Amino acid sequence: MKTEIIIAGFGGQGVLSMGKILAYSGLMEGKEVTWMPAYGPEQRGGTANVTVVISDKQIASPILSNYDIAIVLNQPSLDKFQARVKPGGILIYDNFGVISPPQRDDISIYRINAMDKAAELKNPKVFNMIVLGGLLKVAPLVTLEGLEKALYKTLPERHHGLIPLNMQAINEGMEIIVKD
Amino acid sequence: MKIMANDMKHTEGEVMLLKGNEAIAHAAIRCGVDGFFGYPITPQSEIIETLAMLKPWETTGMAVVQAESETASINMVYGAAGAGKRAFTSSSSPGIALMQEGISYMAGCEIPGVVIDVSRGGPGLGTIQPSQADYTQMTRGGGNGDYRCIVLAPSTVQEMADFVPLIFDLAFKYRCVGMILCDGVIGQMMEKCVLPPYQPRWTEEEIRERCPWAATGRPKDRQPNIITSLEQTPEVMEERNLRMQEKYRTIQENETRCETYMTDDAEYIIAAFGISARLAVTAIDELRKEGIKAGLFRPITLWPYPYKELEALCTKQTPNGENMVKGVLCAEINGGQMIEDVRLAIHDAMPIKHFGRMGGVVPEPDEIAEALKNFIGGLNR
Repeated sequence: MKTEIIIAGFGGQGVLSMGKILAYSGLMEGKEVTWMPAYGPEQRGGTANVTVVISDKQIASPILSNYDIAIVLNQPSLDKFQARVKPGGILIYDNFGVISPPQRDDISIYRINAMDKAAELKNPKVFNMIVLGGLLKVAPLVTLEGLEKALYKTLPERHHGLIPLNMQAINEGMEIIVKD
Repeated sequence: MKIMANDMKHTEGEVMLLKGNEAIAHAAIRCGVDGFFGYPITPQSEIIETLAMLKPWETTGMAVVQAESETASINMVYGAAGAGKRAFTSSSSPGIALMQEGISYMAGCEIPGVVIDVSRGGPGLGTIQPSQADYTQMTRGGGNGDYRCIVLAPSTVQEMADFVPLIFDLAFKYRCVGMILCDGVIGQMMEKCVLPPYQPRWTEEEIRERCPWAATGRPKDRQPNIITSLEQTPEVMEERNLRMQEKYRTIQENETRCETYMTDDAEYIIAAFGISARLAVTAIDELRKEGIKAGLFRPITLWPYPYKELEALCTKQTPNGENMVKGVLCAEINGGQMIEDVRLAIHDAMPIKHFGRMGGVVPEPDEIAEALKNFIGGLNR
């Protein structure tokens, strides 16, 4: 079993962190993982994307042509990666600022209004965790236990107090994701 | 949310998720390196960043210095190495170009040091994205004179960690400059990594014992050790050159390393190093599904290049006396550099073709598969 995922959005949305937590969770469950950011001179507001592969076997290429799952968090990312989801694959998008929603009928499309939810929770920083929750609802790649372990492992101790808030955001995400 | 890289509190043998650059920094501390001297440049800045965060000067006593330039960095390594210390620097393509003078001087003095290149698109300042266009710079040297450096090309984060102790051992064994050549993909990507076990730094006594050539202070019972690449007499300089050439032959004899994948029945070989080899493995898996018998040849040492191993692979005969391999595709992220070594290995025995992207564009595995299919199509026309 091998799952190839692209997460794409604006810099500052937590795209890379989300990928890192996902990869670390896979690692916690004994899986092979790769995390490859498309790095460039961009900062907050520019585009950012990361490719995460989670597999039972050794992973060859960390760079891919097509994906099993695409998580797209803005219109440019949606335009770029919609066509690159494998037939039968999954596309998850946040409709905030999206003018032309995804069109394909050979893949499963899910919408998650994570931007609105984060605003409602008055904590824009948990936006990426809401999206991650949505992903785990439709594709249970890792367990919530593995994910919580990964948070303890990757966050510096002084931020461990924020982990329950992050887990709550993940649960919110699982609630609000809908099939488009 | 800021995720901290992993620190030294991790237990021995623990599986960690690390960037290739971070793995290098961790591994250097663990294998008892004495000093790092470097100047930040994308895509390798996490090496000095991780070292600064881990503060090895408080634990193992390793020095970490941000120099004022790449030229200064390599000359600091030169100085530390002259005293028998295990020192290294790291940079990316244009920074390595600036270091070539120091590398040539170190080679001329026959002192061991390590240089790590996380290469990016060129020429010139180029781009900050991944590239393998430093193959020639690393294997042929950019400095003057008849010298060689041992060059290892990792393709995984695990190898980034494993090759640090290995390259130090090789550099000190042969008293030459050891290099690790990787690219922005391996430097920036994260994957599983188990770090090497801790080894203490060499004591002053151990250095005197292991490096009798080093400038460690002259005891009464020997002449001073003079470290210089300058000689006034051509014949003496030739003598030194002959000794170095002899050493390079020994390295070529003993230190080639390579790896193959699916070559037992392969009719077409993709020759690729570093990250390209992993892209090629995915391409080969796809090609095999279509019935194309493709296999991988991956040199791990770029110098000494595994010529004999590649030649043996490409001259394998089928039971009815035909050559099994019909052609070699060199997949590199450059304009065609390693292809020259492939030609040196197999001469004109069979068609050889290059496929590559440049300037920081990393090809997708599909592009390599397509290139091989086009190559085969051309052969059968």
